[in-house]
Amino acid sequence: MLQPIDVDRIRKDFPILQRTVRDNRPLVYLDSGATSQKPMAVLDAERAFYETSNAGVHRGAHQLAEEATDAYEGARATIAGFVGAQPAELVFTKNATESLNLAAYAFSNATAKAVHAPDSVDRRFVLSPGDSIVVTQMEHHANLVPWQEACAKTGATLRWIGLTDEGRLDLEALDSVIDETTRVVSVVHQSNILGTINPVQAIMGRAHEVGALGVVDACQSIPHMPVDVHDLGADLVAWSGHKMLGPTGIGLLWGRSEVLQAMPPFVSGGSMIETVFMEHSTYAEPPKRFEAGTPMVAQSVGLAAAVRYLDDLGMDAVAAHEHDLTGYALGQLEELRGVRIIGPRDNVDRGSAVSFVVDGLHPHDVGQFLDDKGVAVRVGHHCAWPTCRRFGVPATTRISPYIYNDRADIDIAMEGIMAAQKFFGV
Amino acid sequence: MNVEALYQDIILDHYKHPRGRQLLADPAGESHQVNPTCGDEVTVQVGLDSDGHLLVGYEGQGCSISQASASVMSELVAGFDPAQGDDARRAFVELMHSKGAAEPDEDVLGDAVAFVGVAKYPARIKCALLPWMALQDAEAKAGIGIAQEGTSTS
Repeated sequence: MLQPIDVDRIRKDFPILQRTVRDNRPLVYLDSGATSQKPMAVLDAERAFYETSNAGVHRGAHQLAEEATDAYEGARATIAGFVGAQPAELVFTKNATESLNLAAYAFSNATAKAVHAPDSVDRRFVLSPGDSIVVTQMEHHANLVPWQEACAKTGATLRWIGLTDEGRLDLEALDSVIDETTRVVSVVHQSNILGTINPVQAIMGRAHEVGALGVVDACQSIPHMPVDVHDLGADLVAWSGHKMLGPTGIGLLWGRSEVLQAMPPFVSGGSMIETVFMEHSTYAEPPKRFEAGTPMVAQSVGLAAAVRYLDDLGMDAVAAHEHDLTGYALGQLEELRGVRIIGPRDNVDRGSAVSFVVDGLHPHDVGQFLDDKGVAVRVGHHCAWPTCRRFGVPATTRISPYIYNDRADIDIAMEGIMAAQKFFGV
Repeated sequence: MNVEALYQDIILDHYKHPRGRQLLADPAGESHQVNPTCGDEVTVQVGLDSDGHLLVGYEGQGCSISQASASVMSELVAGFDPAQGDDARRAFVELMHSKGAAEPDEDVLGDAVAFVGVAKYPARIKCALLPWMALQDAEAKAGIGIAQEGTSTS
């Protein structure tokens, strides 16, 4: 039996939601797609770590070092368990952008090494002219630009799956875009700008059919719905901690063990080595191979607390709550004159990020009027500039509710939109 | 400070009825500036007429603040000599960094004094400055103002 989300109770757990903004208006935070707010449990966990166990991890012969290492590796196990993974398959990074770069650099680094030491690399990661990399037209820049760079360094060609006017992937083109030349397919699970939830299993299936590796950007899905990384059918899955109640400064990359084993290091230096000589080095097994330097220990502890908080709520309940808010927001926006939703208008296979444009008003000006009512939203191209171009808009306004939002928050946002329309006379 | 004080009537008027919004026939310099966080764009072109006074053309797309700022700027500085244009630009940049505490000089800034409220909204300062940064860059590319300042300011 699903325990419904109790927004009033949840709000009490988030200190920032008690504050006011702009002339003492209560904060209505509808920008969780950018970053989520943090409950006390996360703040307490980080503070407790620093107060009691702070030390370098995986080194030192003292008790604190042991406790810090336990905290770090314990956090890894907790976060891995949240997505159905094994701890050894989970790499901590700085953020999801770094996770995706780690994946893209595996290809360009392997390609560079293959020139001088062909036996040192796994051929699956070696790209050459004639090969293709496939993304979609709804990628966040973080899952587009690193692949453009990989192409520029290797001579591979970037291809993408286009979009329908409804904001869905044009899957009719799937088999022609992903073909025998394709070496890697990297797609977003849930679009941060359109809200679309993509059928990544089918896309990953097609990738594997042609012998390509599959990568999924799960930044906007793992915080909002139950996700088992194995169910996605991908080889690598990237996401961030700060969008799921965790601290900034920590991202995740899950990889199938065999794939991580085959990948060359990304950032190199301390902690990621096995042996070091003046002439050469050998590298640690994953995940350590990809965690050079002092890691984000306190952040991992905070993120583990965030995961426990979400687990207590139940991700099914989180998804159901957001589904209700999404349906409500779509309905309210449809009622407004001069408002166009950018992305799926039906509440099917879509998440809670809802983008729209208002006739005659620039999103910056809409956002300013929402801000005047205490409503925090994102305006701009949402790091998905090509997606905006696809829909012929320079930018959008986006509301992205989460567990601490209710229908009344959506209502206040609608009031802000109408106030802007009235003020500008549109 | 509320949102109505940000959007003064002068700003709304320039947004809805932009002045001189066209490109020059024969620009000496041009600059296309983009605000990469929101996609606001403005292209500013400059030249000098036979008396050494500034010619300014522009086009762009974006929020009311960025587009009104371009309109106000072009109306203000067109016809100035380059040194006057520099004075106005410096005064406007200073106004934007005043956190709203400055008392702008209407003799120098004309309608641009209406942007005083923008300085209280850090996220919007870039919008208001965008055309002025384009003007500075376009002048530098055209070699305008270099003699007065001794160095390029771009």
